[in-house]
Formats: sequence, C-alpha cells, structure tokens
Amino acid sequence: MTPRRAIPALLVALAAALVLAPVASAGLLTPEHGGSSNADDINWLYTVTLIVAAIVFLGVEGVLLYSVFKFKARRGAVPAQIRGNTRLEIGWTVGAAVILVILATLTFIKLDDIRNPPDSSATGLQLADSSRRLPPNGKSLNICVNGQQYIWRYTYSADCGDSAKNLGAPFSYEEMVVPVDTTVTLDIKAQDVAHSWWIPELGGKFDAIPGYTNHTWFKIPAKFGAKPGGTIFYGQCAELCGRNHANMIAEVRAVSVAEYQQWLAQRKTDIQDAETKGAAQRKQLESGSTTP
Amino acid sequence: MAATVEAPATASTAPIPQVVARRVDPEPKGWVSWVTTTDHKRIGIMYLVLTFAFFLLGGIEALLIRLQLSVPNNDLLTPQTYNELFTMHGTTMVFLFVVPVMAGFGNYFVPLMIGARDMAFPKLNALSFWLLVAGGLVFYGSLFFSPPECGWTCYSPLSDNDYLPSGGVDAWIFLIHLTGLSSLVGAINFYATIANMRAPGMGWGRLPLFVWAILTYAVLLILALPVIAGAVTLLLTDRHFGTHFYDPGNGGSPLLWQHLFWFFGHPEVYIMVLPGFGIISEVLPVFARKPVFGYKAIAASTVVIAFLGLLVWAHHMFATPSPSLVLIFFMMSSFLIAVPTGVKIFNWIATLWRGTIEYKTPLLFAVGFIGTFLIGGITGIFVAIFPVDWQLTDTYFVVAHFHYVLMGGAVFAVFAGLYYWFPKMSGRMLGEGLGKTSFWLMLVGFHVTFLVQHSAGLEGMPRRVYEYPDIRDLAVLNMISTVGAFILGLGILVTVINVLISVKRGAIAGPDPWKANTLEWFTSSPPPVNNFDTVPRIRSVEPMKDIRRQVLAQTGGVVSSAQPTPVEAGRMAAHPGADA
Repeated sequence: MTPRRAIPALLVALAAALVLAPVASAGLLTPEHGGSSNADDINWLYTVTLIVAAIVFLGVEGVLLYSVFKFKARRGAVPAQIRGNTRLEIGWTVGAAVILVILATLTFIKLDDIRNPPDSSATGLQLADSSRRLPPNGKSLNICVNGQQYIWRYTYSADCGDSAKNLGAPFSYEEMVVPVDTTVTLDIKAQDVAHSWWIPELGGKFDAIPGYTNHTWFKIPAKFGAKPGGTIFYGQCAELCGRNHANMIAEVRAVSVAEYQQWLAQRKTDIQDAETKGAAQRKQLESGSTTP
Repeated sequence: MAATVEAPATASTAPIPQVVARRVDPEPKGWVSWVTTTDHKRIGIMYLVLTFAFFLLGGIEALLIRLQLSVPNNDLLTPQTYNELFTMHGTTMVFLFVVPVMAGFGNYFVPLMIGARDMAFPKLNALSFWLLVAGGLVFYGSLFFSPPECGWTCYSPLSDNDYLPSGGVDAWIFLIHLTGLSSLVGAINFYATIANMRAPGMGWGRLPLFVWAILTYAVLLILALPVIAGAVTLLLTDRHFGTHFYDPGNGGSPLLWQHLFWFFGHPEVYIMVLPGFGIISEVLPVFARKPVFGYKAIAASTVVIAFLGLLVWAHHMFATPSPSLVLIFFMMSSFLIAVPTGVKIFNWIATLWRGTIEYKTPLLFAVGFIGTFLIGGITGIFVAIFPVDWQLTDTYFVVAHFHYVLMGGAVFAVFAGLYYWFPKMSGRMLGEGLGKTSFWLMLVGFHVTFLVQHSAGLEGMPRRVYEYPDIRDLAVLNMISTVGAFILGLGILVTVINVLISVKRGAIAGPDPWKANTLEWFTSSPPPVNNFDTVPRIRSVEPMKDIRRQVLAQTGGVVSSAQPTPVEAGRMAAHPGADA
C-alpha cells in the first residue's frame, strides 16, 4: 500500500475506534467492573487493548476485503508474479512486534495497581493483625475463602493457616459481608476439587486448588454501603467442579463499617447460640434420652 | 495425438522426465481390500470419512448444548447429561476430528505432493488409522455405561476416583492413549516420508508449504504426545492402583496435572491449526494465479510458531497460584507467537494482492479462514495479558476465542482443502452452487454463534454451566448464539449433501482442474495405485508450472481444443508410444 492510500485507511480505522469507545462503555464489549479499583484497572487495560485491536482488525480486514474485491479476475487482467518483498516483510514483522511492546509496557505500568492492594481509606475498617501484609500499612480485613462442592465458605479470620484461631472465628456460607472503604484480602483454598473465586465487578478470578493457597483482594467504594442492607455483587464459580458447578454462587454484600460490625457481632452470637444448642442436644443423645 | 509431441531424446537435454518402467497391479475391489489396504490414498480417504463422521457427531453434541443454553434456567437436559455432552463434544472435536482430519489430508497428499509412491511405512500407516478407530470405539463405547463428565481437560482432582468413580474417565484415558499412539506412529511416518522420499530435485526450499506444515505438525506431535501419554498414565494409576501423583493429601499436586496437560495441550492447538495454515498457503496462490508471497517467510514462521508453541503452556493457568515471574514469562512468550502468525496473515493477503482472483469455493473458504482466524488471533492477545485474563479465563469469552481459532481457523481450512482436493480424490468436482451456499451459511452462522459469546463472557457467564440466571443480557446473547449454531449446522449439512451427490454425479474433473502448481496434479484423478508412472525432476516450488511451460515450448505455443492439455501432453511425453 502506498502511503497516500495508507493514510485514509488509518483515519477510517481511528474514527471507527472512537465510535467503538462509547459502545464499549455500554458494557457489551468490556468486562464488568466498578466495584473495586483492581477491576477498574483491568477494565482500563482491556479497553486500551480493544482500541489497539480494533485499529489492527479494521486495517487488516480492510486490506483483505479490498484486495479480494479489487483483484477479482477480469478478462485481460494479468496477475503480478511477485514472490516477495524483503523490506515490506521486515516492516510488518517489526510493526507487529512494536504493537506488542506497547501493550506489554501498558500492562507493566498497571500491574502494581492490579496485583497489590492499597491501604483502607480513613473511613474504612483499620485492622492491625492481617496475616498477609499485602497493603503497604499491613492492615486489611482478611477473609479465608474455602471452595467446597458446591458452596463457598468464608471464615472471618486474620490467619487462615492456623486452625486453632479459626475454630472460634465467625463464618458464613455463599454470602460474604464486607465493609466499604476497607481493603479486603482473601486467602483462597479448596477442600475437595478445584474451584475458582470470581465476582466480575470486584476484579479477576483466582483458582481455589486443593493443597494451595491463592490470594486476591478488593476494596469497595463508600457509595455502595450507603443504602441500608448494602449492595450485593453476584458471581459464580468459574472452574468446572462437578454436576452442580452452575449453582455454586458467590455473593459479596458491601455494607457500611458500622453495619458490618453489627453484622459480625450478631453472627458471633448466632453461632454461639447454635453451638450451645447443639451441645445440649448432643448431651441429651449421649445420655440416652429421646425426648428433647 | 502423441505425434504432436516430441518424445525426449535424452534424459539430460529433455525437460520431460524418463519413463520408469514398472508393472502395476490393477486396483483391488471389495470391502476386504479396503480393510486390509496399505495404500496411503485409501487410508487417507478412510481417515477423512471417519473423522467427518466424528465431526458430525461432535456437531450434534454442540447443537444439544446450544439448545440447553438457548434460554435461562432451562431444564431440557440434566446437569449430568450436559456435563457428559460438553466433555464428549470437546474430546471428539480435538482428538477424533481436527487432529486426525489433518492426518487424513496428509496421508493422501504428502506422498503425491513430494512425488513418492506411498508413505515410508505403509503398514504403520494402516496401523495408525486402525488405532484411531479403536480410540473412537473405546470412547463412544462409554455411551453404554457412563460417559466422562470432567471436560476435555479432565482436571484433577475432579477426574480422580473419589469424585468420578465411573468408567467414563477411564474410557477417556484410553482414548488419549490410543489416538495418541495413532498420531505418534503417523507422525513418525510423515517425518520419515518427507525426509527421505522426496522426488529428485525437491530440496527443503522446494517443499510445498502444506508439506512443510505437515512436517512441523509431525514434529510437534512427536514432542508433545509422550507427555500427555505419561500424564494420563499417572491419572490411571492414581485412579486404580493407589498412587497419589495428583492427590494433595498425600504429597501429590493437582497443578502437576495442569502443567503436564497444557504442556501437551497448547502445542496441540498448533497441531490443529498448522496444517490448516498449510492448506491455505496452497489454495490462495492457485486461485489468485500468483506465486505465494514470501515462501520462505511462511515456511519459517510455521517452524517458529511450533517452537514458541512449546513455550506458552502456562498461559492456560494464569488464575492458578503462580509467581509473578512465571506469569510474565508466559505472557511475553504468548505475545511472541503473534508476530509469526501476523507475518503469515500479511503474506497471505499479499498473495491475493494484484492477483486475478477466481471466486471458486476453496478460495471463499480460504478468505473466510483469514478473516475469521484474524479475530481469533486478536482475542488471543487479550487472554495473553494475564491481568485481563483474570477476568476472561474460563468464561464464554474464551469459548468464543478458541472456537474462532479452531473452528474459524482449522475447520474453514479443512473445508477449503476438501473443496480443493475432492476432485483429485474422487475424480469429480464438488458442486459450486452448493459449495458457495454452504460457505455463506457457515460464515454467517459461525459469526452469529460465536461473536456474541465474547459479550456473554464479559458479562460474567462462566464456561461449562448447564444453566445461567436471567441477568444482564445473557438471555438474548445466548438465544442469538443458538440460532447461529443451527445456521452453521445447516451450512455443514449442505457440504455433506454436496459430497454425497458429487461423488457419483459430479462433473468429471480431469487431472488438473484448477491449473494448480504442485505435483499431486501431475497424475490422473483419482491417481492410480502407484501414483505416478513417472516423476519429473523438480526445479522449483511450482513443478506443474514448469511442466506447463515446457510443454508449451515443445508444442510451439499452439494450443487448440484438439490438442491435449499441457498436463496430458506432459504425461504423454513421459510415455512415448503409449498412445501410438
């Protein structure tokens, strides 16, 4: 292609990419995000890649369609017996490599913000005893996520490896409750087959594999805790785990810090009550009495 | 007629080769002769018939999957049946269709393209076919007890005895063993054939690009297959003999399975698409009436892709617990593959550029392949960026991506190859009208099915779920996808009908209907048992072009309808006295 032809083609591609951007924000072309900054950063990286990809796509597909229509066999047309062009071939090899270098650089720029959790906001919960000091100040709300066929179990504990500490810790199934403005770090494990923890709006998925501990984090902005009852983020297990894989739901409910503390206290009491009741029943059973 | 053609005086001055005198037995008839055959052409045809039968089976499974997913919260199929269906669909398409169908084309055309009379080891060739039959039988036999339900990747621990004690997983393991052995002996045979049995004058730089692709395919198979064979053997002993290779409770590791599986599984992707690239590189120059652009670059990029393909396996495992350095290495190596792949695409487009393109069905499929495969290649960049992959992996985005690569890539190429080479195999042309109808239905159906699946994945729909909630746009996206799948299915059906009609009633093709440039067209259609009565000396990558030029020079450039075509003349020249 001569430069004179290449410039309009490039302009068309750019225009199309600009048209694409608002469509992308409509949600059909970009991943879910908005619940946590890591999901937003991934979305940014994805969108930039999408724009680069759209330009490449329109350019290459355009040249392909142009050549297919332009060089249709006609009476008297003589095919050019060209076997190659070293300059052109080196040119497009280097061109492709340059695009990839740009994408890799952008990834490395964003990587820290996606991988490493930030501190909790001043208004968030400040816990000093996180087992994995992932945020710079070492303070996060740590939750142990355990995948089981076919439900997620959450233990609200700083140290997921220490079963003695975990024994008395509050827990919940399916629905995780977290305070807003707080950096939540997750230790992800599985106790039977492999699962994958994923709440699309809160960031990427991380596999729960038996014998391993995986880590991720999220931090939900204050606005989601404003209304009473909080906001629910919905997700599903993303690794085939058996027949009920489709029904292994994960939910994260973001509430205000006060509401979270209230919920946690209530949870502790509920568990305590249930255990007392269970112990009493057990005692009765062991003593041979059948009437409750 | 032969009188119009001068017989060559001596071997050194004559451009047309000498006759190799040899008595040829008549072609045997009857089904027993097919079952016991060691003729590479018959084995190739049996490969193609068998693999297309599996393709149709896998397609029916796909349509059932799409039916179940057409509306949210559907209960057409039980979760168990659904899991069995996607496991059988994936396994069938990978192990019983795409990989062996390439071996089918390879079996038929590699010896013809390099001017050999058969494969290096004809009996080994028959063995590889019958091992494939055995693999298919063992696997589909599980329909009568309990098919596997662990997906085509059969990740441990789900595939361990504790979670799937039924025999389905064992049937799957034996399928891998049998088809793996089939491919392995086939690959060794291809390698030996291509390395040793090329026509005089056919150096590596004159090897047809399809043969380059099959050679690379064979090397990749030889490198990758032993790994999966070992991996499934460990799985088998874990399941039945008390070992704990993948059991974390006893010092084993489920990640070991993933590493071994993908060390094979990623090269497998290139095993599936590289021969497709080869087919495209043969078809485009013929219908653009131009030499292929950048022969060396295309051949070299095939080899480079194969090499890099061995270094990227862990990009299937970005969500597993892995150190950053590992993630970065596999992202960069995956990026690197885009360069030789891009080079191929640019070279193909440059092959069309300033040609005189004839819109025959093989060309349509080839162009459809480039346009579709490009999208699969581009979405490959998204999933190679590992932070982005954390959102995309194990969703329908990935399902869409690999269907663009494997269906848009390999299957469109296979169809291009089918329409291109059917005249050589059967002696008759496939119908052009039905061929074009099939192409457009397949192209439209394909994009309607898989384009929207990218969005379903972005909206949070995981893979391998038998139902999904009615949230966001999932209902409408899935309905569109299901409608597309049936259009695609109809398109494939049209080609099946086309083949069934044309094999008996198609127009007689003659030896060289497309005026193509490689050696398989230098023999009758279908070729005799011995392939060639004589093999010309190869002086370029386009031997048929040389032969046509020679014949034209000998006949003084006078071509009338009464005169033989250049190919016929060339063959007559090689048989002085045959017609006299």
